[in-house]
Parts: sequence; C-alpha cells; structure tokens
Amino acid sequence: MAINERLSGNEAVSFAIKQINPDVVAAYPITPSTEIPQFISQYIANGEMTTVYVPVESEHSSMSACIGSEAAGARSMTATSSCGLAYMFEMLYIAASNRLPITMAVVNRALSGPININNDHSDSMGARDAGWLQIYAENAQEAYDNFIQCVRIGEHKDVKLPVMACQDGFITSHAVERLELIETDKVKAFVGEYKPEKYLLNPDEILAVGPYDTPQYYMEHKKAQTEAMKNARKAIKEIAKEFEAMTGRKYDMLEEYRMDDAEYAVIIIGSSAGAGKEAVDELRNAGVKAGLIKVRVFRPFPDEELVAALKKVKGVAIMDKTDSFSAAGGPLGAEVKAAIYGKVDGITAANYIYGLGGRDVRVEHIKQVFEEIAELVKTGKAPETYKYLAIRE
Amino acid sequence: MKTIYKRPEVFTDVNTSYCGGCGHGIVNKLIAELIDEMELREKGILVWPIGCSVYADKYYKMDAICALHGRAPALATGIKRSLPDKFVMVYQGDGDMVSEGMAEIMHAAVRAENFSVIFINNAIYGMTGGQMAPTTLLGQVTSTSPYGRAVASSGYPVNMAEIMANMPGVCYSERVTVNTPQRITATKKALKKAFELQFENKGLSFVEVLSPCPTGWGKKPIDAMKMVDEQLIPIYPLGAFKSPEEVPAK
Ligand SMILES: Cc1ncc(C[n+]2csc(CCOP(=O)(O)OP(=O)(O)O)c2C)c(N)n1
Ligand code: SF4
Ligand SMILES: [Mg+2]
Repeated sequence: MAINERLSGNEAVSFAIKQINPDVVAAYPITPSTEIPQFISQYIANGEMTTVYVPVESEHSSMSACIGSEAAGARSMTATSSCGLAYMFEMLYIAASNRLPITMAVVNRALSGPININNDHSDSMGARDAGWLQIYAENAQEAYDNFIQCVRIGEHKDVKLPVMACQDGFITSHAVERLELIETDKVKAFVGEYKPEKYLLNPDEILAVGPYDTPQYYMEHKKAQTEAMKNARKAIKEIAKEFEAMTGRKYDMLEEYRMDDAEYAVIIIGSSAGAGKEAVDELRNAGVKAGLIKVRVFRPFPDEELVAALKKVKGVAIMDKTDSFSAAGGPLGAEVKAAIYGKVDGITAANYIYGLGGRDVRVEHIKQVFEEIAELVKTGKAPETYKYLAIRE
Repeated sequence: MKTIYKRPEVFTDVNTSYCGGCGHGIVNKLIAELIDEMELREKGILVWPIGCSVYADKYYKMDAICALHGRAPALATGIKRSLPDKFVMVYQGDGDMVSEGMAEIMHAAVRAENFSVIFINNAIYGMTGGQMAPTTLLGQVTSTSPYGRAVASSGYPVNMAEIMANMPGVCYSERVTVNTPQRITATKKALKKAFELQFENKGLSFVEVLSPCPTGWGKKPIDAMKMVDEQLIPIYPLGAFKSPEEVPAK
C-alpha cells in the first residue's frame, strides 16, 4: 500500500534519499536546500540510513567528494541551491565528462546578485550546458517521484550522466502538501543496486579518471557525451513507464495540459505550472481554447515533443524564470524557438521573463499573457523580442 | 549636562536582525563606537560577509560592500590595494571564514594584506539554521550533528587565532569574547588596536571574537554566555597570540 503523507518538497526528497540509502552524501548547507543534508544527517545519526555523510567545507568540495566517491563505484548524492550550485561550476563539467551519474537535488533559488534567497531558475539554468540532465518538479509529489527516477536514469547503461532533480525553492521545498510515498522495499527494488561498469580499484582493469585529453580524442569524447544525452530521452521514457506501472503516476519529457485542441498555449517550467493550469481552466470556462505545456525535462531538451505539441497552436508564450541576458530572451524562449523553427508553421511565439527572485506569479498574470498572445495572433503583429511580466516600470 | 552615553553617530535607525543575546550585536556596536571615535566614517569601507551579519550594511551610514560567502578577504584585497590609505574592515563568521573561505583568509595572510579582519566565532552556522561548522566543539549538538560532533566523521575544531599568529603576514592576532562587561571592554581595545595597525604597513590584523549564539546553541542568552566560559574558552583560549611589537613594517 502506498503511504499517504503530508510533506514539504525538501522532506519528500530527503525521504526518497533515505529510502534509496546511497553510499555517500556530501553537502554544504545553503538556503533553501539546507534541510536536505540536515534531514539526512539526522536519519544517519538515528541509524535509519547507513550512508556515509561528509560535512564538507564548501559546494566545490561537496561536488568534488561526490565525484571521488562515484568514481570509486559508490552511489553518491548531494543537494544545493543558488551560489552553491554556481560554486560547483567547474566540477559539474568534470562529473558529466567523467560520466559519473551523481544525483543532485537542486532547490532552485535566484543567483546573487543582488543576493536573494527566493525562487527563480537562474541557478540551474546557468548550468544548463554543463552536461547534466535536468528534470524539474511542479510540486512535492513530483519532486519525490522525479528524484527516484533520476537515480535510475542517470545510472542507465546508455546514459551514465549526472542528473539535477530540480524543485522550486520555498514554493515547493518548504510548502507542505499531501502526497503519496512508495513503500521502501519497492523504491529499493526500483532503483536497484548501483553496479557501475567502470570504477576505481577494480582488480581487472587499471583506470585513471579524468586524465588529460588531446585534440586527437577530445571531440570524440564530447560526441560520446552528447550521444549519451540523446540516449537519455529513451531511458527517461522507459523508466517513466516502469514508474507508472508501480505507482499509476505518469511522467514524460513534458506534460500537456488541455492541449488537444488548444489555439493558445504557454510553456512553463516548475511550480508556476500550477497557476498556469488554473488560468487555462478559467479561460476554458470562458470559451478560450487555452492549453499549457509543462517542460519536465529540460536536459535533454524535448524538441520533438514540443514540435508535436505546438503543431496546431496559433500563439504560444514561452515563460522563462530567468533571464539569460542575451538581450534577446530567456534560455527556454531561445531553445523552444530554435526547436520549432522550420517545423511549426505560422505560429506566433512570444517570450516572457517572470518570477525572478521570488516575484509572485498569479493566475491573473498568466491570463494576461494569454490575452496578449491572442491579441498578437488577431492583429498579426510581431511580438516584442521578449517581455518582463509583472514588472514595476 | 554632561553626556556620558549616546548612540553611535554612524548607526542608522534600522533595527538589527540579530537574536537577543547574540554576540554579533555587541561587536557591531563596538565597531560603530570605534568608527565614531577614530573618525573612520568618511575614510573607510566595511566588507560584510554572508551569515547572520548579512544585513549589517544597513546598520551603518558608511560605504560597504557585501561579499559572497567566504570571499570577503579577497574582495577587501582589491579595495585596500587600490586605496591603501583607506580603512578597510573585513567581518566574517566561522562558516564564512573557516569553511567556505579558508583559502581567501589564508592567502590574505600570506600576502600580508594591510587590513583588519574581525572573526565572529560562534562555533556554528547561525544563519542557515545551526549546522555544524569546522569550529564546532567536539560533542556539540547542532542540526547536522544531533548527537554531537564526532571526530570520526567530522574531525577537530579549528583554532584560527593561533593559526593566524603563525603566519608571518599577520602582525596581530588576539582572541577575545563578549560575555561579560569587562571582556566587552577588552574586545573594544583589541578592535581598536587592529584598526590602528592598518596604517602601519605591518600586514593583516586579526581579532577572533567568541560569540554566543543562543538560537543555534539552543540556549537561553544567559546560558549561552555561560557556555562561552564553560565550553568554548577551554578549547579556544583567550589572549594575544601575536603582538604587533614583534613585527617589523614590511
Ligand atoms: C556559496 C554559498 N554556500 C552556502 C551559502 C549558505 N550560507 C549562508 S550563511 C552560511 C553559514 C553562515 O555561518 P557563519 O559564517 O558561521 O555565520 P553566522 O550566521 O554563524 O554568524 C551558509 C552556509 C551561501 N550563501 N553561499
Ligand atoms: S542565529 Fe545565532 S548568530 Fe544568528 S542572529 Fe541568532 S543568535 Fe546571532
Ligand atoms: Mg557562525
């Protein structure tokens, strides 16, 4: 029987980690992900986990320690937010290029500066090209479900890449929700034992992890990394199917909400999909054919799924909870536009930046976005390159 | 009527965010008094850390720069090197200095930077909710060491004032505390000395303050004051570990 509980996103992810009981957790506290290492160290102290917890002095070292332990064949995890993730930056690339499937709980928080502890996606989006998979949750249930699946996906023999399991700081990490947990024996059976193909101190194979790579081979190694990222699409879908068979909860690269006959759509990531769905329902009640696409997996990028979902749409608003400061839009905006270019005809695509540093996004804001794209479609006007939503002028 | 006490001029009207009984508030006040007395307000820059003192820039009518976690000494280096005649004060907690920023403080000392560093050692990460720091005492209960810090998993406390005293680039290193009125007076003296040394070209001046954190320690303010005596001082003895008189100018 599944376990009904009331937990915050941080509690849910910590509970998943407890159930998985990885070999190593190395972490350094930072708001709003601090609770995760805190819960883990308490579980360990109480004898509920046998994980080795390393209270390192910084995030650079937490990622380094995870790289070391994962290379030694130990299933390794960490958690961080904001500047903590930024401080790991060079190590993120090492984890990915050494093909070490570390699972990291990212509790999304705005990057400094100005310093701000609230939610947006600037931290993980800043690391979007580091070679990690990125899977985002809308609520605590998804944070829990995603985390368990992330372990499997990263460790999949055709993938072998590290994974960020992202949830929105405070909104998801701290708000308590009702959710359904899976029995521990089932979680353990689902993730299975970690059996790496290559690891240090394997008597049958001498191995150096992360050695110097020459121009003769470097590009091939990068190509192998990108092939693994492509393979991840299939692994994500397969593992989601297995997960559905176990729990009845369905996951994919993205979630389409009332998209079947939608003429207008928003594309959004994370907790704000909740407000977005409410806006869609209200508009549907008023006779507007509105729909929503929630990008669950940002790395690998769901390009084919987006093209399929947008085929019949007249106008789409792509919502970015970070600015990439390209002066031409946010990262999701740029990538969606690139994905649909030449593949979806006659669509009006607008890009919005919203919710930076914890700025509230409400149902009426999303409805306003729908109104604006409907107006653009009607008048045939080209959208502004991109727009800030709910901004004080 | 003779004024025997007034609020330091440099203070703004902003209420501090410190808990009752916190050592940060006491030290912040001493800094304010010294800025007034030494007339540093218009010729100095305060470098604040990330930690419970993250809002301190709002308490002083004075220019400030807010460093990222651990980086204050590196940031201060840039300021002091470009403005060698100005007063530059670095303020750091134990998480900020001894965890995240150990490299920065050590290399500021290696380079013998001419600024003052105030180190608030409360043996815990106060701001993030009372987790174990490298300075946490053996056996001390924190939110990441619920049964007390154990050597096997977490090693030993770090005695920064002694370490800094061993660095040739440090001209003054003293450990003080603020749990009695007499010791508060002694702390002010130590801070004053550290501030004055900035202009003698002798290198870094360092004051470690053992600072009660009633919230993080799970104690009433008065019991936190006692804990400084009973538990911190035996591990972190008070006193000067290096006197500037021993150190020639660079
Ligand atoms: C790169 C980075 N990692 C982690 C944090 C989170 N963080 C903020 S303050 C702090 C610890 C503060 O402890 P300390 O320096 O001892 O200051 P106190 O609050 O005890 O005075 C941490 C871990 C951060 N801001 N940036
Ligand atoms: S948590 Fe501790 S250090 Fe922070 S303000 Fe409160 S008493 Fe002071
Ligand atoms: Mg501290």
